[in-house]
Amino acid sequence: MTQTNATKYGMVIDLDKCTGCGACMVACYSENNVPFKKDESNKLDSINWIRVFKISNRKPYPDTEVCYLPMPCMHCGGIGDHGHSPCVSVCPATATDYDHSTGIVSQIYTRCFGCRYCMAACPYHARKFNWWDPVWPGDMEKYLSPNVSARMRGVVEKCSFCFHRYQLAKDRAYHEGRHQEPLGENEYQPACVESCPAGAMTFGDLNNPKHAVYTLKKNPHAFRLLERLQTNPKVYYISSREWVRRAGDNYLSHEETGSIKRAAANHH
Amino acid sequence: MSTTDQHHAAAETGQDKTPLPPAEPKPTADENTPWIIGFFFVAGLVGSLIFGWIIFPELLYSKKQQPISFNHAVHMDLVYDGCASCHYFRDDGSFSGLPDNSSCIDCHQVAMGVSEDEEKYVTEYVDQNREVPWLSHPRQPDCVFFSHAAHVKGAGMDCAECHGDVSKRTESRVYQENRLSGYSRDIWGYSISRLGKPAEGEPKTMKMNDCARCHQAETGHKGACFQCHK
Repeated sequence: MTQTNATKYGMVIDLDKCTGCGACMVACYSENNVPFKKDESNKLDSINWIRVFKISNRKPYPDTEVCYLPMPCMHCGGIGDHGHSPCVSVCPATATDYDHSTGIVSQIYTRCFGCRYCMAACPYHARKFNWWDPVWPGDMEKYLSPNVSARMRGVVEKCSFCFHRYQLAKDRAYHEGRHQEPLGENEYQPACVESCPAGAMTFGDLNNPKHAVYTLKKNPHAFRLLERLQTNPKVYYISSREWVRRAGDNYLSHEETGSIKRAAANHH
Repeated sequence: MSTTDQHHAAAETGQDKTPLPPAEPKPTADENTPWIIGFFFVAGLVGSLIFGWIIFPELLYSKKQQPISFNHAVHMDLVYDGCASCHYFRDDGSFSGLPDNSSCIDCHQVAMGVSEDEEKYVTEYVDQNREVPWLSHPRQPDCVFFSHAAHVKGAGMDCAECHGDVSKRTESRVYQENRLSGYSRDIWGYSISRLGKPAEGEPKTMKMNDCARCHQAETGHKGACFQCHK
């Protein structure tokens, strides 16, 4: 039942390359008018569409290893990619929606009334709530991107895979009379992917064999987070280190690393 | 006299426990009651309708004049490429919208006609190197992404299909701004009930339902939220 020919945008992040520099987060803040506070020390109420987590193998020196894990919205397709994402299926306002033409989970701020049910449903903490109206220091308001609407107090926001860039790329395609053809791989790239100095992030159409992500996601070391939940995320991670791959899911002690991924693949 | 006496007599004997029958209606007051109620109902209804359909829109919308009254008809005779001469697509497919001074000063570096508005434009804007703060009738709210490229290039629509036949206008329309939302009245439409269709040559209403209705008719579906929202 999976629509293999439909465009399905996704991301592959190579955790062996990620240095945890946070350039993706900065780029995202700037690109998407993400509000911030003067004091961001309380991470519980800070807003970010992509967040770099630090995980550790929790072994004593000299075996200690750390890994940085950038987490945008996973744009879950649900079982069989029917759009039954955890957040979409619970939203009582239809403020979040699964776009079948791109596989992107949308968030319409003017439709959201802030019940935060989607935040409870999301297993990846990808969604953030605006507890306050955004306050832009100085004349920063003049530097906001006109392509992304600023959010108001009382609504939930999340990563959109920089959907406005897709819209602008489509505009150019219409102008040049090639809107019937699929967009080129480089025409539409999110800000975080473009900003990554280590080249750890790759973005493209997961169903298009010409796109790099199509090959990368088939890497034997590729995995997705919490695959046991069958959310069918569109963000893949690659790590050569077994403990990192094992940290990506809730493995029971007797389960072999990768067994959940294989079980999920059989299910789909 | 006699009837009331009989009632009293019945009550005193205790044989008739039923309550006293109502007194005979006073013919003058009670016969008029339905008319009085009817009068106030109709007066209230008419008053509400007048308030809702006439006074409320007058209060809700402020009326502003464009800084310069622009004569589209005169310019349409002089340019070669129709609307796109001034309202053009940029190379990246985005739509330029309202033109800035750079489009105008080729002809209007100095006043060339006898029009007062042109003179005003040259002295107040070109000479002082200021842009004209045009009031945009079809400006959508911040959360809307509208692709002119998809409609004009993709679907081959004429500008006039949504904006009305602007090319024949000899002066700028009054700009009506919703005092509560700050949006142009063109978005809601000039019929406060939103019934009926705009007159020939007038702009179409531009609310989300209007978009959805046309998309349903032309493409068979209303489209996903993200298609038009940002």
